[in-house]
Amino acid sequence: MPSKVMVSTHLNGQEVTFLCEPRQTLLEVLREELGLTGSKEGCGNGNCGACNVLLDGVLVNSCLVLAVETEGRTVTTIEGLTPPDQLLPIQQKFLEHAALQCGVCTPGFIVSAQALLEQNPQPTEGEVRRWLAGNLCRCTGYDKIVRAVLDTAQTLAGNSAQDSDQEVGG
Amino acid sequence: MSVDPQRDPVKGQNGQNVGQGGGKNGYRVIGSRPLRPDGTDKVTGRARFGADIRLPDTLYGKILRSPHAHARIRAIDTSRAQALPGVKAVVTAADLPSVESKIQDLGEGAINLRYLSDNLLAHSKVLYHGHPIAAVAATSPHIAEEALALIQVEYELLPPVLDARSAMAEDAPILHEDLRTDEMGVRGDRPTNVASHLRHQRGDLEAGFAAADVIVEREFFTSPVHQGYIEPQAATALYNADGQITIWTTTQGPFSVREQVAQVLQIPIGRIRVIPTEIGGGFGGKINVYLEPVAVLLSRKAGHHPVKMVMNRDEVLKATGPTSGSYIRVKMGANKEGKITAAQVFMAYEAGAYPGSPVGAGAGVILAPYRLENLQIDGYDVVVNKPRAAAYRAPGGTNAAFASETVIDELCEKLGMDPLEFRLINGAKEGDRRADGPVYARIGYLETVKAIQAHPHYTAPLEGKHRGRGVASGFWFNWGGRSSATASLNADGSVSLVEGSPDIGGTRASIAMQLAESLGIPYEQVKPQVTDTDSVAYNDVTGGSRTTFATGLAAYELGQKLKAEMLRRLADLWETEPEAIHYEDGVFSHGEERLGFQEAAAKIHETGEPVMVSTTVYPKGVGPGFATHVVDVEVDPETGKVTILRYTAAQDVGKAIHPSYVEGQIHGGVAQGIGWGLNEEYVYDQEGHLLNASFLDYRIPTALDLPMIDTVLVEAPNPGHPYGVRGVGEVPIVPPAAALANAIYRAVGVRMNVLPMSPARILEAIWAKEAQAKEPV
Repeated sequence: MPSKVMVSTHLNGQEVTFLCEPRQTLLEVLREELGLTGSKEGCGNGNCGACNVLLDGVLVNSCLVLAVETEGRTVTTIEGLTPPDQLLPIQQKFLEHAALQCGVCTPGFIVSAQALLEQNPQPTEGEVRRWLAGNLCRCTGYDKIVRAVLDTAQTLAGNSAQDSDQEVGG
Repeated sequence: MSVDPQRDPVKGQNGQNVGQGGGKNGYRVIGSRPLRPDGTDKVTGRARFGADIRLPDTLYGKILRSPHAHARIRAIDTSRAQALPGVKAVVTAADLPSVESKIQDLGEGAINLRYLSDNLLAHSKVLYHGHPIAAVAATSPHIAEEALALIQVEYELLPPVLDARSAMAEDAPILHEDLRTDEMGVRGDRPTNVASHLRHQRGDLEAGFAAADVIVEREFFTSPVHQGYIEPQAATALYNADGQITIWTTTQGPFSVREQVAQVLQIPIGRIRVIPTEIGGGFGGKINVYLEPVAVLLSRKAGHHPVKMVMNRDEVLKATGPTSGSYIRVKMGANKEGKITAAQVFMAYEAGAYPGSPVGAGAGVILAPYRLENLQIDGYDVVVNKPRAAAYRAPGGTNAAFASETVIDELCEKLGMDPLEFRLINGAKEGDRRADGPVYARIGYLETVKAIQAHPHYTAPLEGKHRGRGVASGFWFNWGGRSSATASLNADGSVSLVEGSPDIGGTRASIAMQLAESLGIPYEQVKPQVTDTDSVAYNDVTGGSRTTFATGLAAYELGQKLKAEMLRRLADLWETEPEAIHYEDGVFSHGEERLGFQEAAAKIHETGEPVMVSTTVYPKGVGPGFATHVVDVEVDPETGKVTILRYTAAQDVGKAIHPSYVEGQIHGGVAQGIGWGLNEEYVYDQEGHLLNASFLDYRIPTALDLPMIDTVLVEAPNPGHPYGVRGVGEVPIVPPAAALANAIYRAVGVRMNVLPMSPARILEAIWAKEAQAKEPV
């Protein structure tokens, strides 16, 4: 058996140190060693996006990252993305739009969509579809997922417009 | 991507309800769109799916699979694997008890137990690339994988047979020496790959074709396709030291898993408890057991440790699922008035390695939307060296409709008739007899045709080069099956609902809504739970579009029973008869006495024994489903690529309990049908090796491949359900491939007879047409 390596990483807002084999993927370590099972393995070779996490803020498939590569870096999973006291707007919109059926691809879609909205707060339908093309869903036909993302963007834009109105008014 | 302002992707609720029962129709809960009770866990990653189960002391199981499509196993040597440090158990078919030939009904298809056992671990022959041979349990999945590489198997290679027609040939290699054809009930007398032949017949075929003014006869070829659920199979089993077995698994049917494990391992069901996890998609593919009995064997042999087994995608594609590839021939005649005068169908379905393709269902589907006087359907179930076919959403329906609905389109073209008008002339309605026998009760097929006719999609002109519009219809039987559930009244007026139907697409919500409606309380007061096989009576699988119908019926009955029980208790308190108490809008009243539902619950809690009711149902009043779809495509004549411009699906849903999830079922079925129509197929080499066992090469539709999918929910209430519910999940996958083929024809003038209609195939068809046009006359 290969000897284990100690890895320190900034995971979901905390410094975490773990032991892993060099051959273990980040996904495997998250799920099997650290108990964070929100990231799912749908394919194991980067085609389905169910294991999406943020690595130093960049969207990656955690099945294609070795755990040892995260030494000194920042990893955010679906568990870390979810605020402690309420759902993210994108999570709430997924529920309201019934944008999930079985729900196994959903964490990956949430992480992916959130990453999209961070860098492009007002995406077009085409931009949403292109961005989410790395996330496979077999239940929904993507219709309600795309609507949920667009609605989130619209709602957030409305809120920030309101905020700035209030600032001007106040 | 342009967005029609009429179809605002955010605000525009794309579904519209038409026909009877549209809108809420006097219901308080049914027809509304509440949040699903399991939603928060699913958007935060907390929900526990099959692979998320982790018990202390767990071992990891892995399976060695055949690299060959057809071979005799001469010897298996597991000694080196067993000696690897960390390996705790190795099993082969020798560890399986021998089971008798016995047909076991799994809900969506039946199987001979001997074949089920042989599919778990091959006994003497491997019959497909990926067929399991041995399994290992070790302290880590990596050690288990290393151990697999140490198992030595000696094979005697045999020639593979890879499609139905080759397998039916006189001199074809035989998969099962003991297989005999079931020839419409009569057993054949020689070895064969044809497991069965069925026939539906009516009227006078010859006279029917003689009366036709136009006749079209075409043949069609389709490949196996996979359900493509995103969550691979995953199961954990503990064979405890006292002989009690617990299985945690992702399944459509925990009771079916219990039954299958009991039968193949020859263990009484009383010793087996199956705990269903959340399930990441099934579509029919998570009914058969693949891992569970093997995990049980490993757990016992490893000294009663839990054993966890999770497939990777390669294994899922090679050794689970798929639905049948097929060869279908359809001949249809019609007269100038547009009436179908005769239809003849030949269909041969690949069952994969063991008998049991959905050819029977395909034969029931292929002509079902039409009223026919003269017909003959012959169906053949044929074994080939591919994985055993499993149910896949309306099993056998999509490829069948691809054949019949494109032939109808060609008939319409020859007659110069509008394809929807043609369907209105020939379409089945209440009282008509289906091709395979039964007489229809109230159905809404014609309404779906009219809904498309009137839809702005269909009335809008389609302009532009290489663009075309196609329509097609589809049918699915739907199913009732057995359901059981309990409901307990809590002191605060909430109601705990315990059901045994795994929730794959929002059924906790659709079941709870029916209980809330029946009981007259808000949806939010019902707390549904899906439970294990020891905590509720038997339930058939979540499949066959039965759950919202049958388990929903159980929920309706629970509501009625709970109400009756509360009335009885209040009658005791108020010293009157239950019938004398008035109950409306959640308020019980009698004379001066008046209690809201919550107050009544508290009062009942304080004054006597708790209230709990249970019910079991086996409904017969199943309402079949019909759909008519229209699609606009643009075909790139340079590449053969098809772009879907617009898609609209009208479906008779009986009554939409939660319209969002009904629309979702239609969206999902259409998306899978589009994948089947345009991209998806199993690709084999000549030796029978599956060449595309990954999501990169087995390409299911992405968000970029699909447009928004408009839905029209036609509501022709099913008389067999108190709220008119019909199953909705399956029929939407039936029409898409045919609708696409018809649209492609109108776009570029080629009639496609092969699925999938991939860019390469379309391009070849275009080239062939051009070459033909250039030939000197």
